[in-house]
Amino acid sequence: MNKSALFRRLLIGSTCAWMVLLALIPYLILLGASLLERGAETLVKPGLTLANYLHLLSPAVFSMAVDSIGLAAIAALLCLMIGYPFAYILTQASHKVQPLLLLLVMIPFWTNSLIRTYALVMMLKADGVINSLLLWIGLIDEPLQMMYSPLAVFIGLVYTLLPFMILPLYAALKAVDPRLLEAGRDLGAGRLQNFCRITVPLTVPGIIAGSMLVFLPALGMFYISDILGGARTMLLGNYIRDQFLVFRNIPMGAAASVTMTLAMGLMLFLYSLAHRRSGKEMMQ
Amino acid sequence: MTRWLQQMFAACVYGFLYLPLAIVALFSLNSSKYSLAWKGFTLDWYVKLWQNPGLMTAAFNSLIIAACAATLATLLGTVAAFILHQYRFPGRRILFGTLFVMMMSPDIVIAISLLLLFLALYLPLGFSTLLLAHTVLCVPFVATTVYSRFHGFPTDIVDAAKDLGAGEYQIFRHIVLPLAAPAVIGGWLLSFTLSLDDVIISFFTTGPDYEVLPLRIYSMVRLGIKPDVNALCVVMMAITVTALILSRKLLKEKK
Repeated sequence: MNKSALFRRLLIGSTCAWMVLLALIPYLILLGASLLERGAETLVKPGLTLANYLHLLSPAVFSMAVDSIGLAAIAALLCLMIGYPFAYILTQASHKVQPLLLLLVMIPFWTNSLIRTYALVMMLKADGVINSLLLWIGLIDEPLQMMYSPLAVFIGLVYTLLPFMILPLYAALKAVDPRLLEAGRDLGAGRLQNFCRITVPLTVPGIIAGSMLVFLPALGMFYISDILGGARTMLLGNYIRDQFLVFRNIPMGAAASVTMTLAMGLMLFLYSLAHRRSGKEMMQ
Repeated sequence: MTRWLQQMFAACVYGFLYLPLAIVALFSLNSSKYSLAWKGFTLDWYVKLWQNPGLMTAAFNSLIIAACAATLATLLGTVAAFILHQYRFPGRRILFGTLFVMMMSPDIVIAISLLLLFLALYLPLGFSTLLLAHTVLCVPFVATTVYSRFHGFPTDIVDAAKDLGAGEYQIFRHIVLPLAAPAVIGGWLLSFTLSLDDVIISFFTTGPDYEVLPLRIYSMVRLGIKPDVNALCVVMMAITVTALILSRKLLKEKK
């Protein structure tokens, strides 16, 4: 074998090797663990079962999962409602300031989310900035209880994940061909009609991508519901963490994680479907 | 009128994103210890931070992990991008797919599956497990960044080198790597911030011997906060912003 072929094989081989070890095998272990039973002495005991998945459907766990999905979905919807107009406004800004405006969205995106959650605590707590301000103005007589409520969790999720919505929407809006809008105008469409019938349909993949990037992490952000929601609000992430670290029920936690991965797979599938459709519509 | 409304809306969103961070920065300079009332300007909290060994160690650990994981991820990610661009081999599409899935996976799923791997291998949780986990987190981002840079490459340079008798290694070392250098460095910086930004993966894959900053802040927020945390947050934000701006500069150069 000559040197070049050896070099090529070395690169391909090493890449595949670490991928199998650090990506594929962990997923397989996760899948395997979700099918085991919890052992009394050891962490798991042999024997395959679907009991963990069935347990996810039991009333207590199921209602928690539904609440958590609802919470994450509303957070994604709120992000979309704020993020879409905002991304649209960004694309309308002059080309000179656009990179700067975009950078200003990315800075929070890359700032540690625990630091940002902590910053929210400073705003929301009983003797926090908002309450102090409202008391000082005289709008309220005693501090509002904002922390440890579902509202605080919503604010936390939207605050943390909003950039994840804005960035893909911005990319999608930026890619809309201005000639199509011009054609629409020439054919007599108003701004609103153009927006509803050209811009929005063409940016559906961006909407799905953004919603996915908010919805999936929102399910897992246990520290946000811990810090801002107190013990009352539970996300799927809290449940998974508790199964692993509190109840030491690895199979159960694994089953919940696999379910989350399946949700991701479903959303990716929808995304690729929407992508293909909007591509076809462009062709027509 | 609509223009004005648009600008107001955008300003509100920026306000929402930045006001809490600005408040933290402001209070890192406030001499009052307990209340939010402004008692005068001070840099005391930055001095206190410097003298707080627990916080400083955690911050230092975070930076070390971020630097090591970014380096390892850049190495693996660049190689992955190179082979995906340069070679056609069986499993290439699977490799693509795996990188994509890794990038999209929720942090908690990555964290849990790696934790199970470490448990299965009897690896004690600490520096090395955290390093591996953060590397896995960062690799797909480096690979896509570098790969998109390869995409804009003039392919005739590689062909010319081949005609002149260059081997695969020489092509990689003397042509591809120098051309991709800005994206490689940009990928490193992105990985660095990505690692610093992480909470969930660190939470599951490090042990008590190797405490990183987010976990330290996590326990402090639950137990009660002293203003030196404000100062620390400001320092960490400054590091993140610097790395981010540098990486943007490097990635933009290609145009």
